[in-house]
Amino acid sequence: MATQVVMPKLSPTMEEGQVARWLKKEGDKVSMGEPLAEIDTDKATMEMQALSAGVLRKVLIQEGESAPLGRPIAIIGEPDEDISELLKTATAAAPAKETVETPAKLPESDKAPAIEKPTAEPEPTSKPEPSPERRPSNGRMLVSPIAARMAAEAGVDLKSVQGSGPSGRIIKRDIEAAMKEPKTAGGPKLRPLAIPKAQPGAVYGPSAYRDEPMSEMRRTIARRLVTSLGPVPHFFLTTEIEMDRAADMRQQINTLYPDAKVSINDIIIKVAAVALIQHPQVNASFQDKTVRYYEHVDIGVAVATENGLITPVIRSADVKSLIDIAGEVRELAGRARERKLKPEEYLGATFSISNLGMFGIDEFTAVINPPEAAILAIGAMTEKPVARNGEIEIHKMMRATMSCDHRVVDGAVGAQFLQTFKQILENPLYLFLGS
Amino acid sequence: MSSQTTQRQVNARTSAAGVIDQPSKGVETLREEDRETLLRMFHQMLLIRRFEEKCAESYSMGKIGGFCHLYIGQEAVAVGSISALRPDDYVITSYREHGQAIAKGISPETVMAELYGKATGCSKGKGGSMHLFDASVNFMGGHAIVGGQIPLATGIAFASKYKETNQVTVCYFGEAAVNQGAFHESLNMAQLWKLPCIYLCENNMYGMGTSAQRAMSMDDVATKACAYEIASEFVDGMDVMAMRRATQRAIERAREHSLPTLIEARTYRYMGHSMSDPGKYRTRQEIEKYQERDPIKLFRARLEENGLLTEDDVKQLEEQVREQVERAVKFADDSPDPQPEELTTDIYANPLG
Amino acid sequence: MAVITMRDALNDALREELARDQNVFLMGEEVAEYQGAYKVTRGLLEEFGAKRVIDSPITELGFAGLGVGAAMAGLRPIIEFMTFNFSLLATDQIINSAAKMLYMSGGQFKIPIVFRGPGGSAYQVSSQHSQAIESWYAYFPGLKVVMPSTPADAKGLLKSAIRDDDPVIFIEQERMYGMKGEVPEDDDFTIPLGVADIKREGTDATIVARSLLVPTALKAAEQLEKEGISCEVIDPRTIRPLDIETIIESVKKTNRVVVAEESHPFCGVGAEISAEIHERAFDYLDAPVKRVSGADVPMPYAKNLEQLAIPDVPQVVAAVKEVTYS
Repeated sequence: MATQVVMPKLSPTMEEGQVARWLKKEGDKVSMGEPLAEIDTDKATMEMQALSAGVLRKVLIQEGESAPLGRPIAIIGEPDEDISELLKTATAAAPAKETVETPAKLPESDKAPAIEKPTAEPEPTSKPEPSPERRPSNGRMLVSPIAARMAAEAGVDLKSVQGSGPSGRIIKRDIEAAMKEPKTAGGPKLRPLAIPKAQPGAVYGPSAYRDEPMSEMRRTIARRLVTSLGPVPHFFLTTEIEMDRAADMRQQINTLYPDAKVSINDIIIKVAAVALIQHPQVNASFQDKTVRYYEHVDIGVAVATENGLITPVIRSADVKSLIDIAGEVRELAGRARERKLKPEEYLGATFSISNLGMFGIDEFTAVINPPEAAILAIGAMTEKPVARNGEIEIHKMMRATMSCDHRVVDGAVGAQFLQTFKQILENPLYLFLGS
Repeated sequence: MSSQTTQRQVNARTSAAGVIDQPSKGVETLREEDRETLLRMFHQMLLIRRFEEKCAESYSMGKIGGFCHLYIGQEAVAVGSISALRPDDYVITSYREHGQAIAKGISPETVMAELYGKATGCSKGKGGSMHLFDASVNFMGGHAIVGGQIPLATGIAFASKYKETNQVTVCYFGEAAVNQGAFHESLNMAQLWKLPCIYLCENNMYGMGTSAQRAMSMDDVATKACAYEIASEFVDGMDVMAMRRATQRAIERAREHSLPTLIEARTYRYMGHSMSDPGKYRTRQEIEKYQERDPIKLFRARLEENGLLTEDDVKQLEEQVREQVERAVKFADDSPDPQPEELTTDIYANPLG
Repeated sequence: MAVITMRDALNDALREELARDQNVFLMGEEVAEYQGAYKVTRGLLEEFGAKRVIDSPITELGFAGLGVGAAMAGLRPIIEFMTFNFSLLATDQIINSAAKMLYMSGGQFKIPIVFRGPGGSAYQVSSQHSQAIESWYAYFPGLKVVMPSTPADAKGLLKSAIRDDDPVIFIEQERMYGMKGEVPEDDDFTIPLGVADIKREGTDATIVARSLLVPTALKAAEQLEKEGISCEVIDPRTIRPLDIETIIESVKKTNRVVVAEESHPFCGVGAEISAEIHERAFDYLDAPVKRVSGADVPMPYAKNLEQLAIPDVPQVVAAVKEVTYS
């Protein structure tokens, strides 16, 4: 009876093997246990033994070729046996080489349209401090000596500078230009955002999601922090944001579209949503044994009503336009105060924003709505004197404090999100660049 | 028998080659000199001889480095010619200069110290055997490029004439230097401008390992003077008195008439070109033949003949000379090396910035 | 201030120094009765006589050595090479005697001699008559090398060279003998050796140029000014010892350097300047030092080829634009 010889597992970690040398050729007699071939594994070259007796009828994979575990690589049988069927299945059984992760299946939602994942990748996670040697993988950073010195002295992050010299060399002129630009906390430069369009007429339900098992480290953090800080281990991050350009933009939009009545908070919602797409680890929630990462950003907007705080949710705020968001917030907030919100309209946000600026609060810390991973507390926008390039200037400043669930979000992760949020909010034209 | 010897026999010349085998013609009467002068000359020749012998010893002990070119056998040329000079006359020579240096008045101590590379050397240890200098006795070096000193001598003589000081310059060089362009350029200018320079060719018949016959189409150096209309004289360089007289004649010509002279002194070096020379280009017989006309032996014989020197005198002088040489060696041995700072001094007389 | 040619400025310098010090004399081919091959020594024979202004045979090695010997014995010779191309014959005396005498004599014999004459290119005189060999001489410790680019510089520097107690290689430029410029009329006007001159101040780039290329650099700077690039032009004047400090101060200000020279690039003075700038002012550089040098070829005869071999204003302008990324 003819049998298939398959690529055996010759080491604990072996996933595929390469035939280094066939020790028998087609037509040779093979007895049980006889060495058949030398296989290169991830660890060493090992002898493969025959698990049946007969004649080596067919060699399916040549010396130097590889095959994953379990793939048929030869056929042993009687000399005159018909092996055509076996051959067919052997060659058909060759699976595709690529191991593609099948995308997480979306829960069947009646109105879930094809959603393009934004193609803008966030900057590689790195320390916020600029260091000239670190560069994206496409090569060395070239900096002229004087440019390096000027950058170090002025606190300009070389990673944020585009070099205009040969081979992208950063030169004096580039640093001079960077120094003239308003400071954006020296964070990594944002790439243009891909702003997917909401389908006209589409109605969005709660966001799709996927659950991922927690890593050992994550479980440990959760376990230990809960015992020290209560059910949700909060930590807080504050940043002060220069709002001049956002305020200007709002004014210009409202001049162009008086009916839009876009508020600063609407802009904040949109910016937060866009920033969350770039930092998916924050657009997440602690699910006991897993961490849930949402594909869209559903922003819960805190609304004060007579009966207490309620957070109507702006679904997929990442894809909705500012004007739509403004309209939706108005509408939902209105019905919230009238106690006419349905549960699915105030449950299941992926992130919340609370704004007490209209009460003159400079800054405050909000409590996270579980199971969300974070909440953003927005203070009042006021004109303040600030130092810029050694000079005193007057700018509209606003403080935002983010509360994070340490089981899901670490300090650096939260800080990076906040950095992006601030960068976009200070330069809101990012919202319209697209890619 | 070497091919050179055969060649020399074949090319025997009447005017030049044979002279050295005979005693001097011309009557250089000793009686015209005072005994002091003659004894001083003899002493000097002996001193140079013993000094050079000591150099050979020191060199083989590694105390003298680089090149060491010995003057043994040629003492009569330096002593005879320099004895005729005024103290303020100039002497300039090649790298085979220990004899001229001592004859001109540089102390054996400072010469040996220079050879040892010590700070007390006459060139502060920065010149070595080939670059002895002493401005206080107008000894203008010690030059290592063959013939390089000849234009310099011409310039020194030019300066004497320019300043009207009546000084005379004697320039020593070997017969091989005569082939350098610098020789011809200098003699041309010296005669053209009437410069008080004595060009004294020490023809020891070998330029390193090359005999004069192998290097010169016409090896009669004195005869070459006719190309420049310059006065010339051919002298037996083993005869110290002949050297003295010939030099005196040239000095008169220079001082009185501001005219140059070319003197060819036939001499012989008993040692190799330098301490590193195995000397395979000459035969033992040839050397021994010329040692029969050892200038010191010859002069001693003449002095003794004329009752000016006794054996006791000689013994005394030898003892004196031995002490002098020992003193020189001790001085050199005891002297310090130059300070490291000396590496970067004396590059400019007027260092800027 | 008089406006005179470089030729006349040199003539004045020679005259003044011959008058000032009796030990100074002048020797060279055609310097006396012919009045100088380039008329630089015009009138000197008549004024000072044949003892002090001497026509020599064509015997460069001989009269260079004669000059050195005369210097050893206390005179202050000025030895003219009709062009520095002929000085190659005299290099043994310049280098082995003049440069080394003080050192190897342990400080006993200084050599206060000036070797002067035109160097570099002329007009279609071909390869043996067009060489810029200052880097040869600048190589040797013991020599000083001076290259003036204006009549005032020529006069002041030549007087200082003659008064200097060391051997000075004084390289003029035939193409510049007719150049006119203001020269102070003071007969004791000297310029110290070893001091560079900022011929034009600027902020965006430094051009270090000498001799023939100084006017070229200045023209390039004018053109660049119109395009918004401000150039500082520095003329070292003395090549050895080089006033590198002045150049470095400029580099610290502008961060970009072009060296312009008519000599070949390989092992040239520009290479030395570039190396020193990189060693001392690396952190101030916005771009590597750029050299604009003469073509690395023997000088051809044909007029158009000769022009190609010598850097011109567009080449200097392009180099400045390169280092300023303009």
